[in-house]
Formats: sequence, structure tokens, C-alpha cells
Amino acid sequence: MSPMLYLAQRGTAVILAMAVAVHLGTILYAVRGGLTAGEILGRTQGNGAFLAFYGIFVVAAAIHAPIGLRSILREWTPWRGRSLDGAMLAVSALLAVLGLRAALAVYLA
Amino acid sequence: MNAPFPAPSPTESTVDAAPGAMLTVRIRRDGGFQAFTVARRPAQTVLDVVTEIQREQDPTLAYRFACRVGMCGSCAMMVNGRPRWTCRTRVAAVAEGDGLTLEPLRNLPVVKDLAVDMEPFFAKWTAAHGAFEPGAVPADDFAVVAPESPERRAVDAGIECINCGVCYAACDVVAWNPDYLGPAALNRAWTLVNDVRDRGQDARLAAVSGDAGCQSCHTHMSCTEHCPKALAPTFAIAGLKRATARAALKRFGAQAFRGPSGRRPS
Ligand code: HEM
Ligand code: SF4
Ligand code: SF4
Ligand code: FES
Repeated sequence: MSPMLYLAQRGTAVILAMAVAVHLGTILYAVRGGLTAGEILGRTQGNGAFLAFYGIFVVAAAIHAPIGLRSILREWTPWRGRSLDGAMLAVSALLAVLGLRAALAVYLA
Repeated sequence: MNAPFPAPSPTESTVDAAPGAMLTVRIRRDGGFQAFTVARRPAQTVLDVVTEIQREQDPTLAYRFACRVGMCGSCAMMVNGRPRWTCRTRVAAVAEGDGLTLEPLRNLPVVKDLAVDMEPFFAKWTAAHGAFEPGAVPADDFAVVAPESPERRAVDAGIECINCGVCYAACDVVAWNPDYLGPAALNRAWTLVNDVRDRGQDARLAAVSGDAGCQSCHTHMSCTEHCPKALAPTFAIAGLKRATARAALKRFGAQAFRGPSGRRPS
């Protein structure tokens, strides 16, 4: 892992730690408050803050996870080199696309 | 945390066995184990046991030692599954019942019986720029290094390494990633990163970065747990992670400032 990948993984870990806390806190609040799915969607729809928060969350995870996955694969399989790095870029893109699509769908719902 | 070795037993006894007691020693040789029986003696070390077997029972048994007092770093082996310096390890402290299992040091190629080839270990020491780099021209004067300075303290914390390879045998990342420079070489590099007289820092920081370097350490702490000199390679490696990250950020900043042409604005 290069120093830049290292910094990217640790930097996004900080973002993820905060994002996970907010994410779980909000879920608990929404469930305890007895909000229905419709009421939740009513609050998230067209909500720019919601979209920005989950956009950052998704991008951070899409950077963080493939870097870690690359380390694990290098340790547990003989896979090395450009094909591995390319595959990890693909995992990153997949996470970003799926995550952003989901956030956007809720935003537009 | 996933310990690769059994945790040290809190009931470890250093009380010598009763007179007449015997010790069964299983030694890994030629792909199997060979058993020997040796009398237990007061203050007996694991190295004493191996020496007694070699002198009295089987002169073909290969092992390595030199100083017998914990200075040279040549006597390390796996003792009951854990890497240890055998000259300073009392049998009474590590025997499981009346048994002792001895194997060659982990993560290194075996030459014969309990003797391993340390070449890869020292090659990585060199690859991590583990030698002092004085620069092209000698310094004009003596460097003044205050004993209390943070750099000098960081050097002190790691300088007593005896190259025994115990940490290297304890590290799972070395087992998983044979290119990984390992705790001893990285610990050595960290003492030199803190040597204010050294003139090879950029090359050293580059040498300890990457998939073989400090960023691959998972902070398992096995090295620190097992180092017989009570050094803490894990913290040295954490220092290297910070130093290499700082250097990378500086490079990145300088590049952004210079722009894509690569020329510094005058
Ligand atoms: C609370 C948020 C998170 C924090 C604080 C965090 C922190 C970290 C840190 C510090 C590492 C480096 C471990 C090492 O080098 O030994 C790491 C590795 C990793 N992370 Fe995260 N992470 C978080 C969330 C996530 C999420 C959401 C994912 C998956 C989508 C993920 C996937 C991974 C993977 C695959 C690794 C590699 C494991 C390893 O290197 O040992 N992490 N994480
Ligand atoms: S702290 Fe790092 S170097 Fe030490 S045993 Fe763990 S992974 Fe290996
Ligand atoms: S750091 Fe400790 S365990 Fe590792 S080689 Fe040096 S003295 Fe031995
Ligand atoms: S024989 Fe020298 S350290 Fe053990």
C-alpha cells in the first residue's frame, strides 16, 4: 500500500466512523419515533442535506473498502499486480454506482 | 485481537524441577519430530538442553548459538510454538509438564534441524536502508544531539535490537506476504529516520513504503509481544507510517504548487 492509499484509507475511516454513527443514530430515532416509511420518504424527498450526507458516505466507503480488500487479497491469495488494482477500481466504481443510485432514488422518491 | 500463538500462561513457573526429574524434548528434524530425554537441572536454559543433546546423544543435531548471554541474537528457535531466545529462556518457565517442543524459527528457510538461513532477514534489513547514510561529504563538525530530544529518545527506544529474528518469526504479515520487510528491519529504519546526522532520509522513506513496507503492518503486536529485548517494533512502524504519510503529503503539495509543468515558480 502506498502512503497515499494509506492516507486515503485512514482519512475515509474517520469519515465512515462519523457517518456510521449518524446513520445508526438516525435509524434509531426514526424507528423509536414511530415514523412510517412514507413519513421518512416525505422528509428525505428533495432534501439536499440528506443527499449530500449519503453521497459523502457512499464515496468514502467506495474509497475505503477496495483499499482494504486489496490488502486482504494480497495476503490470502497469490493475486498481484495491475489486474488486482484494476479489479479494485472496478469494485470501487460498483460501490459508488450502487450506493449513489440508492441515495438518489430515495432523494427523488 | 487474533493471537497467532498461545497467550503466555500467568502460572509460568521458574521453580526448578525436583532432582531426578526428566524432560522429554521433541525436536523437528527432516519433516518429522525426534524425541530425546534429558535430565532436568537447576537454572537450566533451553539452549543448555539442546547443547546437552548435541554433545551427549546426537552430534549430528544442528543448531546455532554464540554468546549464551543474550547479546548475539543467534540462538532463537520456536519453543512450544512461540519464538524465543533460547539462551535466556529457562526450561522451568516454558516446559509444558515435562515436555518441550523445539522447531526452527518460523518464516525463514531451514538449513538443517534448528538452524535457519537468516539471509532473507538481513537482506530486508539492507532493503529497508538499515545502514547509516553519511552523505556525499563528511560533516564539518560533531553533531550535537541532546539526550532528551524526542529524536534521540525515539532512537534509544529501538536501538538495542540484537537481530535475533524473534519478531520476524512472530509476525503473521511476514508469513502471508513474503515480501514484507518485517518488524526488525522497519524498527531499524525508524531509529535511522530519527538520526539527525543521516543524509539518506528521502530514499529510506521511499524504501519503507509500499506493499512490502510499513503500510502493510496490521498492528497485530506479535513482534512487540515477543521481542526478548522488550523493544516495540509496532510503535516504530507506526512512526514510519506517520513519517511516510507526511513526506507523501509534502510531495503532493509541492507537485500541486508547481503545477503539471513540474517547474517551481520563481
Ligand atoms: C466505522 C467506520 C470504519 C472505520 C473506523 C474503519 C477503519 C479501518 C481501518 C483503520 C482499517 C485498517 C486496518 C489495518 O490496516 O490493519 C480498515 C480496514 C478495512 N476496512 Fe474499514 N473502517 C470502517 C468502515 C468500513 C466499511 C463500512 C467497510 C466496507 C464497506 C470497511 C472495509 C474495510 C476493509 C475491507 C479493510 C481491510 C482490512 C484490513 O486491512 O485489515 N470498513 N478499516
Ligand atoms: S505489529 Fe506489524 S510488524 Fe509487528 S507482528 Fe504485527 S503486523 Fe507484524
Ligand atoms: S526487534 Fe527484538 S525480536 Fe526483533 S530482531 Fe530485534 S531484538 Fe530480536
Ligand atoms: S546465544 Fe547469543 S543471544 Fe542467545
